[in-house]
Amino acid sequence: MSPTAVLKNIDFPDLNQVPLVDEVGVHERAARFQARSIKKSSKIEALRSVLSMIDLTTLEGQDTPGKVRQLCQKALHLHNALPDLPNVAAVCVYPTMVGVAREVLGDSPIKVASVATAFPSGMTPRQVKLEETRIAVAEGADEIDMVISRGAFLQGDHHFVFDEIAEIKTACGKAHLKVILETGELGTLDQVRRASMLAMHAGADFIKTSTGKIKPAATLPVTLVMLHAIRDYYYQVDRMVGMKPAGGISNSKLAIHYLIMLQETLGTSWMTSEWFRFGASSLANDVLMQLQKQASGVYQSADYFSRD
Amino acid sequence: MTSESSKLAFNDGWQYSPAPESTDHIVIDEQYGLFIDNEFVEPAEGQYFDTINPATEEFLASVALATDADVSRAVKAARKAKNGAWSKMKPADRGKYIYRIARILQERAREFSVIESLDGGKPIRESRDIDIPLSAAHFFYYAGWADKLDYAFPGRTSKPLGVVGQVIPWNFPLLMAAWKIAPALACGNTVVLKPAETTPLTAMKLAEVIRDAELPPGVVNFVTGAGDTGASIVNHPDVDKIAFTGSTEVGRIIQQSIAGTGKRYTLELGGKAANIIFADAAIDQAVEGIVNGIFFNQGHVCCAGSRLLVQESVADEVVSKLKDRMETLIVGDPLDKNTDIGAINSASQLQTIQSYLKIGEEEGAEMHQSSCVLPERGYWCRPTIFTGVSQSNRVVQEEIFGPVLAIQTFRTPEEGLEKANNTPYGLSGGVWTDKGSKIFQITKKVRAGVIWANTFNKFDPTSPFGGYKESGIGSEGGLHGLNAYVELVK
Repeated sequence: MSPTAVLKNIDFPDLNQVPLVDEVGVHERAARFQARSIKKSSKIEALRSVLSMIDLTTLEGQDTPGKVRQLCQKALHLHNALPDLPNVAAVCVYPTMVGVAREVLGDSPIKVASVATAFPSGMTPRQVKLEETRIAVAEGADEIDMVISRGAFLQGDHHFVFDEIAEIKTACGKAHLKVILETGELGTLDQVRRASMLAMHAGADFIKTSTGKIKPAATLPVTLVMLHAIRDYYYQVDRMVGMKPAGGISNSKLAIHYLIMLQETLGTSWMTSEWFRFGASSLANDVLMQLQKQASGVYQSADYFSRD
Repeated sequence: MTSESSKLAFNDGWQYSPAPESTDHIVIDEQYGLFIDNEFVEPAEGQYFDTINPATEEFLASVALATDADVSRAVKAARKAKNGAWSKMKPADRGKYIYRIARILQERAREFSVIESLDGGKPIRESRDIDIPLSAAHFFYYAGWADKLDYAFPGRTSKPLGVVGQVIPWNFPLLMAAWKIAPALACGNTVVLKPAETTPLTAMKLAEVIRDAELPPGVVNFVTGAGDTGASIVNHPDVDKIAFTGSTEVGRIIQQSIAGTGKRYTLELGGKAANIIFADAAIDQAVEGIVNGIFFNQGHVCCAGSRLLVQESVADEVVSKLKDRMETLIVGDPLDKNTDIGAINSASQLQTIQSYLKIGEEEGAEMHQSSCVLPERGYWCRPTIFTGVSQSNRVVQEEIFGPVLAIQTFRTPEEGLEKANNTPYGLSGGVWTDKGSKIFQITKKVRAGVIWANTFNKFDPTSPFGGYKESGIGSEGGLHGLNAYVELVK
């Protein structure tokens, strides 16, 4: 039993009790959500929900303060031609950009999210990860998106991963912790389900599919398996955990399929940005374009939407 | 995990707006005659009956009521075609005509889907994604056999049986017609087919397809009517073979009436399939399999997984997850693309189902239904499960043919198998376990014609389908399906 586990009074889960996953069945179920047809007012409602759940993201080595400022401005002024739009949920940046984002977003309801723990690989010593997390929080991050140590997880050293998440959670203080499983590196859906359980038991506020740097990133089947894990955990421990698919969700239609899957798996309580996020960079403009189309009846050129 | 009421909330959130498939592209005539010799003709006694939309109780069309004279006329047309053009044709050309039917069905798939859902009450998602494409696939598959029968029966010589009388049910109207007609034609027979009285419309549309495909007159004939018309086909002296899909009760009557006549027969009858879930199954996918097993097509499926046998250590979890899942099933307008469960096919079937709901409760079972709101008009039944039932209960023993599941638990694999096989039926079954060796161990001991492992209700034209015991005699589909339509002479 690790010291942190004692400290936080959390239990290491019995991963042998995690239900098995049948990949064929998961794909079949995911396809059923895509057979739903969302039209008219239900589509507008969904598009607005999607928008409110987006973590506008820029995670490039070439990010500059200027680019981050521009992204924050985009978050504050999504599309002035459409009044009464909901806010996006957050702006997601590297730790060195947290200060810039915080400054621009100020007291707005839009959160500042920072990746940490040697994103995207996670290949640094724990002390560095902890320090990076503390710095990002001190700079003003409301949310921390950490990556798990996939190497340790795949080796079967689940305690290492569990302890690391628990320690990062402590280092987060009041900041919310999203735990990135990097499902594209886990190999099987059974592993995804076990990693989900592990992360939630270690204190994750959110579980997240991917860094966006590895393919495949988020998919409907992988997200469904994680939603099932969230539901099981909720039944067992009575704590809601959020879900964030990230990477590869670039159009409204697909985003709406995620919402259908969310509502039909976890129910209506999860249908807010408090419990569900999209990690995406180009999704917002597609949603705006669709909303504009619903309002005016015609599609506008992409040039009418600011690209940031 | 407990099986108490759900902690998850599925209602009062984001509602999907209605997304009905349009009906403006379809044509349904006010009245349909009998289809004999490639023409719609008046019935001899001039009688017609109505077919309605079970979701609205509104009139769709009136259809000829065939009497003995009409059946004789159809059989005569079929005999003439059998002795004439159809027999003289090269087998490859026979195949060509069947391919034509398949292609036209594909081209008109949307129209057929909508009419199937209007007339039968099944969700458009199913008629669009399953019934119609699978019907076309059956014609495609058997078209290929028409000139290859020597390879189907190596070293033997096959010849057609002659005039085949076929009587089909209302649960998969077009698909059952395809299952029956395609192999019969491929083997060189001619057909007199009676669609079910509540769902004759896609058969009438198929008649148009057969006419448009320019099959020789008399090769396929449709006579519409109820049980009397069916009896008239069965008892007609010039019919060489009877193929029937429907209830065990009627199957028995057919067997009795043709005993000693030399007529051949295949019967595909009722079922009360066990879906067996082991503790080492992928539980969430198994729950999905339960839903597909019993709520597919409102449970109007002879091979429905209407008995759930779940290993006791996971029983609470499975039932609780199933209840959550049932809350998300959308029941309503069959034409809405989001509908999961459509209308019950007829008032009388609804009455049957409701009587079983009452029986279940009287037998002491605990009934749970989803909380969905049902439309005011039409015939509807909420998805229903019974827990706390015993092997001796009628809801466990008898085929209900509705969205009603009886749930029992078992401790050891032996107990599960014993319960699964303790039924007069033996059409289908399902086994759920993540352990490969167990799949083989268990499936070979389940006495049923079709057994699915880690899935349910999957159909393919290449795969034989048929039952043990009171579930029927003979197989349809695949190579086996050809057997039922040939005589091996050498």
